Amino acid sequence: MFGFSRAQTVAFWIMVAIIAISPFFLYPVFLMRVLCMALFACAFNLMIGYVGLLSFGHAAFFGMGSYVTAWTMKFWHLDASLAIVLGGLTGAGLGLVLGYLAIRRSGIYFAMITLALAQMIYFFCLEAPFTHGEDGIQQVPRGVLFGVIDLSSDMTMYWLTAAIFIAGFLLIHRIIHSPFGQVLKGIRENEPRATSLGYRTDDYKLIAFVLSCMLAGVAGGTKALVFGIATLTDVNYPMSGEVVLMTLLGGLGTVFGPVMGSVVLMAMENYLAEFGAWVTVTQGVIFIICVLAFRRGIVGEIGNMLKLKL
Amino acid sequence: MFMIFGIPGPLLFGQVLLGLINGAFYAMLSLGLAVIFGMLNIINFAHGALFMMGAFCSWMLLNYAGIGYFPSMILAPLIIGVFGIVLEKTVISRLYKLDHLYGLLLTFGLALVIEGLFRNFYGSSGLPYRIPEFLTGATNLGFMYMPNYRGWVVLVAVVVCFSTWAIIEKTSLGATLRAATENAPLVQAFGVNVPRLITLTYGGGVALAAFAGVLAAPIYSVNPNMGTNFINTVFAVVVIGGMGSILGSVITGFALGVIEGLTKVFWPQASATVVFLVMVIVLLTRPRGLFGKTA
Repeated sequence: MFGFSRAQTVAFWIMVAIIAISPFFLYPVFLMRVLCMALFACAFNLMIGYVGLLSFGHAAFFGMGSYVTAWTMKFWHLDASLAIVLGGLTGAGLGLVLGYLAIRRSGIYFAMITLALAQMIYFFCLEAPFTHGEDGIQQVPRGVLFGVIDLSSDMTMYWLTAAIFIAGFLLIHRIIHSPFGQVLKGIRENEPRATSLGYRTDDYKLIAFVLSCMLAGVAGGTKALVFGIATLTDVNYPMSGEVVLMTLLGGLGTVFGPVMGSVVLMAMENYLAEFGAWVTVTQGVIFIICVLAFRRGIVGEIGNMLKLKL
Repeated sequence: MFMIFGIPGPLLFGQVLLGLINGAFYAMLSLGLAVIFGMLNIINFAHGALFMMGAFCSWMLLNYAGIGYFPSMILAPLIIGVFGIVLEKTVISRLYKLDHLYGLLLTFGLALVIEGLFRNFYGSSGLPYRIPEFLTGATNLGFMYMPNYRGWVVLVAVVVCFSTWAIIEKTSLGATLRAATENAPLVQAFGVNVPRLITLTYGGGVALAAFAGVLAAPIYSVNPNMGTNFINTVFAVVVIGGMGSILGSVITGFALGVIEGLTKVFWPQASATVVFLVMVIVLLTRPRGLFGKTA
């Protein structure tokens, strides 16, 4: 029902197995970070990989989702599920407004406009009182899920994060393989032809953008819940750059690429964290290598070697 | 003291001047971006980092070699311009056959590397650069006191912007350049070495950014993040102006600087976002930008 090919089904179950086993061997908080970023990257990939539009402002949706979830958890004491849904809705609402403006241009201009609009959101967050400026919203409780499941233990939180990630991943796959997704691919390949066939391409692009932003908001909200904090880092442009890098490294337009990219990049940041700005330098070098020599990305290269679409 | 709209005159003019200075940097940076985009069809994300390198270069010339402000106004753009040429020759030139977005990603990576390296070696707190003796002090203009250095920056920026415009619009080199922007294969068929022209264009655009960096060094503290702070706003300026015309990007740059300065007087909280709000309005009414030619 999700339109997976046989190879993708195998890869999907391997991924699920790894997600199920890894918390018994690795630090769950690190894994949750990977899963949140992986969902964020998959959401971003929906735009670049299947609509062909590079958004350089996805941090705005991630960050605002994270702020809203953190705020509603801390001050309204909502149920965790509701707070995350609100985070996703915030991403979607913001995506609707910013996307409406940005899809008026394509290509490089789309990237610049999304970057500039996201920067506007960043300055708004810097000034607005509800974000607590430089301090961010701290000590957010993880709360209770569906009124019964206490999320304060890392393992419980991990299963929730894993469930959200897999649900988001399957949703994106479902979107891509729906008739709607086929139209998106058609627009990516040849927009004038799609227009001449009677499709309102701008509407399609906007819907895809809103869906992508909604999932980015969910990812941000989940991240706020895991770490109990929402800060300006989540909404600032380096976060946008990071999600571009994860997707590029894993493979633009591949199904599993963003997940792979997130695993590799998060692991790298984890090990390099003590070296300060060398993380930035390394990220830059990976960008350059990927663009110059490695445009298919890790998963794209593996798929090419095995002659499979992963 | 006289008042304008209930605001003391000197305060108003002071902010307009500050706005003009920011506008001067927007104009020089968006001009370089537009020239590079015209020839190379890439958005040079590393522009802010190269601007920062210009400022650092003049700081290094002063502190390591004892070379003062005025010589470094020529030396620093030359050095960074050559660095830009090396970048173009070694990495950027490999991307011309690919989708334009790869150019954006590559130069974004370059910017991360450059800024990360400078942050590692010089920290992010910022280094002071003294205003040259000759330009210290202030002049009484009758309605306000103007710090000499700030007046100098605006003056020099205007001169540089118009010289760039004159070179591109009024000289034969500029004519070749414009022709190559329109139709590179045809110009090449006439025996012009287009790849070299592209390299020189990139070098020139980078030198312009570095020159802006030298001008900025005494105003803002020289720090690795100074370019990024500017470049995000400059992208909005470029979207507002559209990249079709040289003069257009200069005018847009200065105008937005002044608008930002005025906003600081009347509604300080919005001063950081006003450029983006203008961009939203332009996108709603004239998506190709004020001076843009194609959608």
